[in-house]
Amino acid sequence: MKAMTKLIPLIAVFAALAMFSQGCKKEESKTMTEAPAAKAALSATEIVLGAVFPMTGPIATYGQESVNGMKMALKKIGDIKGKKIRLIVEDNKGEPNESANAVRKLIDIDKVHAIVGSVASSNTLAGAPIAQQSKVPLMTPASTNETVTQTGDYISRTCFTDAFQGVVMAKFAYETLGKKKAVIIVDNSSDYSKGLASVFTKKFKELGGTIVDGSFTYVQKDTDFRSLLRKVKREGPDVIWLPGYYTEVGLMLNQARQMGINLPFLGGDGWDSPKLQELAGAEGIKGNYISSHFSPDDVDPAVQGFVKEYVDTYGQKPGAMAALGYDGVLVMADALKRAPTMDHAGIRDALNSTKDFIGITGSITIDENRNARKAAVVLETTAKGMKFKQKVNP
Amino acid sequence: MSTGTESDFVYFLYDLATYLLNGITQGSVYALVALGYTMVYGIIKLINFAHGEFYMIGAFIGFFCIRSGMPLWMAFPCAMIGSGMVAVIIERIVYRPIRYAGRIPALITALGTSLFFQYFGQNTLGADPKAFPKVTDFENKTYQFGELFVSTNQIVIISTTFILMVFLYWLVNHTRTGKAMRATSFDKNAAELMGIDTNKIISFTFFVGASLAGAAGVLVGMYYNTVEPMMGLIPGLKAFVAAVLGGIGIIPGAVLGGLVLGIAENLVVGFWVSTYRDAIAFGILILILLLKPAGLLGKNRKEKV
Repeated sequence: MKAMTKLIPLIAVFAALAMFSQGCKKEESKTMTEAPAAKAALSATEIVLGAVFPMTGPIATYGQESVNGMKMALKKIGDIKGKKIRLIVEDNKGEPNESANAVRKLIDIDKVHAIVGSVASSNTLAGAPIAQQSKVPLMTPASTNETVTQTGDYISRTCFTDAFQGVVMAKFAYETLGKKKAVIIVDNSSDYSKGLASVFTKKFKELGGTIVDGSFTYVQKDTDFRSLLRKVKREGPDVIWLPGYYTEVGLMLNQARQMGINLPFLGGDGWDSPKLQELAGAEGIKGNYISSHFSPDDVDPAVQGFVKEYVDTYGQKPGAMAALGYDGVLVMADALKRAPTMDHAGIRDALNSTKDFIGITGSITIDENRNARKAAVVLETTAKGMKFKQKVNP
Repeated sequence: MSTGTESDFVYFLYDLATYLLNGITQGSVYALVALGYTMVYGIIKLINFAHGEFYMIGAFIGFFCIRSGMPLWMAFPCAMIGSGMVAVIIERIVYRPIRYAGRIPALITALGTSLFFQYFGQNTLGADPKAFPKVTDFENKTYQFGELFVSTNQIVIISTTFILMVFLYWLVNHTRTGKAMRATSFDKNAAELMGIDTNKIISFTFFVGASLAGAAGVLVGMYYNTVEPMMGLIPGLKAFVAAVLGGIGIIPGAVLGGLVLGIAENLVVGFWVSTYRDAIAFGILILILLLKPAGLLGKNRKEKV
């Protein structure tokens, strides 16, 4: 009993601290406490939009940028059919199981009209089957893995797929850079990374290049790549294909230069974060190339307008995820306006029939596989940010 | 043909040297963290799962000190003292009240403390990894010996770890406080009867253990150029494994365990498939514990009935 009485103040301290930490959270998580009014169908007075993004964790800048872009778009849209749009952001911490929980919560408790998200393919793949089963439209602005939209007719995306991105980079490596022998380093915990690795392998071999056999893998949250890089170096490649996410990639680039590897590393849109420059350091970042969705250097006045507004609002240059989040919400709003009925099936039909929507990441048409066919840009990574290299049309 | 195999052999030696160097560097970090685990366990039989968080706190204190313009030789002790103080406070308000409640409640409390710091850290500091500020000019410099690349950070980590361990050895074996620590660990009640303030000694043990972890945090921040609130999780677990591997409660065991684990991991990555890294590392743990249940340096003592 005595131990118990001693425990009570302890528990109190924890509870107080927990509440304090809850209070610090950003406003979007407050919706947790708003219980649903009834088990009724969708709200008739407002449009509830769910969003599942990694606001914390190793790919947190993706979530934060996406949501920044989405909020900017929402401000621009205003009301649709006289209804306010309410955005509920759920944090999936960059983890698949959390994504599945978040999608479930948005559907069951918040009764959302539609869901936007997530960014990393593994996370979107975890949530998509739940949305499909519940027949709630889920549109990802940034997940590029092929299998994401194959889940079903309620799942769509407004970005290009890895089948395109991987081919762009394989061609760039072989034709533009003239590289013939590649090593592929794969993030084994990521569907995105594995998908891109196989697309690149196929195209690079088809072009006449060789891919070094062997398993060069790591997993998310690894920090030490020195021994792995040593092994890569011994194979004597002239280019390294590294389809990973910026946190691990940044550390790897940094360590690679310290290990005396001065080859170009190539990557996909998973590198496209301002964090990459910081983590890789001035030496590590030089002379690598990535494919992405958007370049803030694009001279298109629409893009420049977006970049300026974003910088004014958030104080930093937008990355690809901000642009994709922005476009994603605009496409969603466009679909909501066109939707014949404001139920899930109506919104799905409108989304899937999106045609020639001009966004800042290009013209968006959702095809019969519910993918968007769009141009990609190849960027060079420099200490001062991503430099525009070329634009590749599908 | 013979020249081919000869140069193959030379390359193999360079490979081996590289993997060993990386392994010793990583192992030194595991060892520094494992020391705190093993000391705390030695003295109050608590597996302090929040120990990885002291490592994270140390790294962040170092991060903020250096970012505010403090030189490394000041930031480093600051981080050590800072994380030591946090550990003392945690011991006072969290562990001491339940010290006699049994082992399981203490273990659960330690897990809770660990999660608390991880998520509190994400909330207040932000969850994204932060680049560690440049400390000195020597950072990132590499020396090349044939095909072996040695970075100054690796030298700093290994030598700092060595110095701290010598210091710890001296502290535990050649000072009055060390004697009191050993006495408390051996028999707490008898130590109390001999006039030792065991509460103070336990606090001090937490302080020393956590400051070593804090030191490791700063070193790792420099080495990998990154700090983040969840950074203590994996090294914390690995260090716990290292402590058990060497024989938990035995100070040299923690060092040995850390080095064995670090080297094993890097050899697996280098000569085999990196996917198996943790599987092999933990396989080794299971194997050693099957053969020597008390750990590498542990003595098998029969339980008294």
